[in-house]
Amino acid sequence: MKNIYTIIKKELSAYFNSPIAYIFLSVFLLSSAWLFFQNFFLNNQVSMRNYFYFLPWLFLIFIPAITMRSFAEEKKNGTLEILLTLPIKDSDLVLGKFLAGFIFVLTAFLFSLVIPVSIKNLGDLDFGPIIGGYLGAFLLAGSYLSLGVFISSLSKNQIVAFILSMFITFVLFIIGTPFVLNFVPGFMTSFFSFLGIGSHFNNIARGVIDTRDLVYYFSFIFFFIWLTVKNLESRNYN
Amino acid sequence: MIKKYNDKEVLKGISFEVKKGEILGFLGPNGAGKTTTMKIITGFMAPTKGKVEIDGKSMEKNALRIKRKIGYLTENNPLYDDMFVYDFLKFIARLKQIKDKKIEEEISRVEKACGLEDVILKPIGELSKGFRQRVGLAQALLGDPKVLILDEPTSGLDPNQIVEIRNLIKKIGKEKTVIFSTHILSEAKEVCDRILIIRQGEIVASGTPEELTAKSNKETLIYVKIKGNKEKVFSEIKKISELEKVKIKDKESNDIYGYEITPQEGKDIREKLSSTIMKNDWSILEFKKEEKSLEDVFRELTK
Repeated sequence: MKNIYTIIKKELSAYFNSPIAYIFLSVFLLSSAWLFFQNFFLNNQVSMRNYFYFLPWLFLIFIPAITMRSFAEEKKNGTLEILLTLPIKDSDLVLGKFLAGFIFVLTAFLFSLVIPVSIKNLGDLDFGPIIGGYLGAFLLAGSYLSLGVFISSLSKNQIVAFILSMFITFVLFIIGTPFVLNFVPGFMTSFFSFLGIGSHFNNIARGVIDTRDLVYYFSFIFFFIWLTVKNLESRNYN
Repeated sequence: MIKKYNDKEVLKGISFEVKKGEILGFLGPNGAGKTTTMKIITGFMAPTKGKVEIDGKSMEKNALRIKRKIGYLTENNPLYDDMFVYDFLKFIARLKQIKDKKIEEEISRVEKACGLEDVILKPIGELSKGFRQRVGLAQALLGDPKVLILDEPTSGLDPNQIVEIRNLIKKIGKEKTVIFSTHILSEAKEVCDRILIIRQGEIVASGTPEELTAKSNKETLIYVKIKGNKEKVFSEIKKISELEKVKIKDKESNDIYGYEITPQEGKDIREKLSSTIMKNDWSILEFKKEEKSLEDVFRELTK
């Protein structure tokens, strides 16, 4: 546990000691607020449904931007060799990196709470879907992060890691959407919609918390963290 | 140990032992397998066959416990440039599971040992190469590991820095086991108690620097600089029995030449030579016995 904590601390200070964190947070908050308020007054409805509708699309760009450096940079600089010869488990390292990314995303969410606070006096705000929306967003971010960390561990090049993570999360997101499901043979639709990240998110964001969705997200996160650990261990066999 | 990358055998069966208080030097041309061996010893990679044991415990089964006994300075010494020296050392100290109470004490110990007092509050990215190397060494020394693995610790440093780092290694080597790699022969000779010469993944020679030099020391040369008529000197020297050959190596002025004299194998002709010179009333300006250097041994073995 202590090792994980040490790694989280180092990762977070690497974010916050450089301009990356501040640029990231401001661009994320500005763009999400803009996208949200753009139609907010036209809709004439006090709800955050729209916010959670486009959040997955924003994540598609922002989460890979957080994870791209996690392992790729260490590999490129050679510092990974220092870390892997220290008396810590590979899994501590991976978990530390993943959790640091997660805490960073939580910080961004914390600032986004300005939106519900500022609109709650404009009318009857139903907090149920907002809580559900945030919960869904956490899980979604966790999934994207675990995938991004894994992709980053495959490459030495941050840009490659960024584009690849973005592409794969995009594919995983759209395969569950009705648009794609229309083109999929009938017997495969339920499989695809279960596999897609998006469909699970929509359920939770509506305020419906189903164990199947939770199981999906947790196994997704666990799977990619496990895969990252295995990938680090594979250096032994090459 | 044997190590294969894909199907290429990088280490073809390397086996050796190092004792406490011994400084072992890995000598070999680039690409000989020095770094690979070190990466395996430190647990960064596993060997394809074979194993690493420290104090009788294998890396395979006790990875965490064994890694705690090793300090490692990697080749090219990668560091986090945007971290401060102090923060970096603290980060490593924590991951080496040094107790919180002892961390401060431990950092100031390595800070002194490596002479980092002036830069401890600077970002690593601003340090000169010499200081970076010291930070790398300080990081390896944290937690007082029994075994130190140093991969080319002096590469890229200026002569003064090299001397400093070497002295530091010698000092550390008194109580610990040090394995360090280099391709500078004089360095290995000066610092190491024992040298392994590695070529293409194999140990081709091992021994103390003296033993290695002695090994191909059959050929001794005598260099002598004489003031006197060249033809005369030549003909007189040639008369000496037990002489193999004589040739002119350099010329200082019209009647001052340097001669390289090869005696027959195992024979010492210095006395005869000097009496010949005395008899003829020439002046000796220089006189030395030239032994084959470690450099020659190295070049022969790794060609």
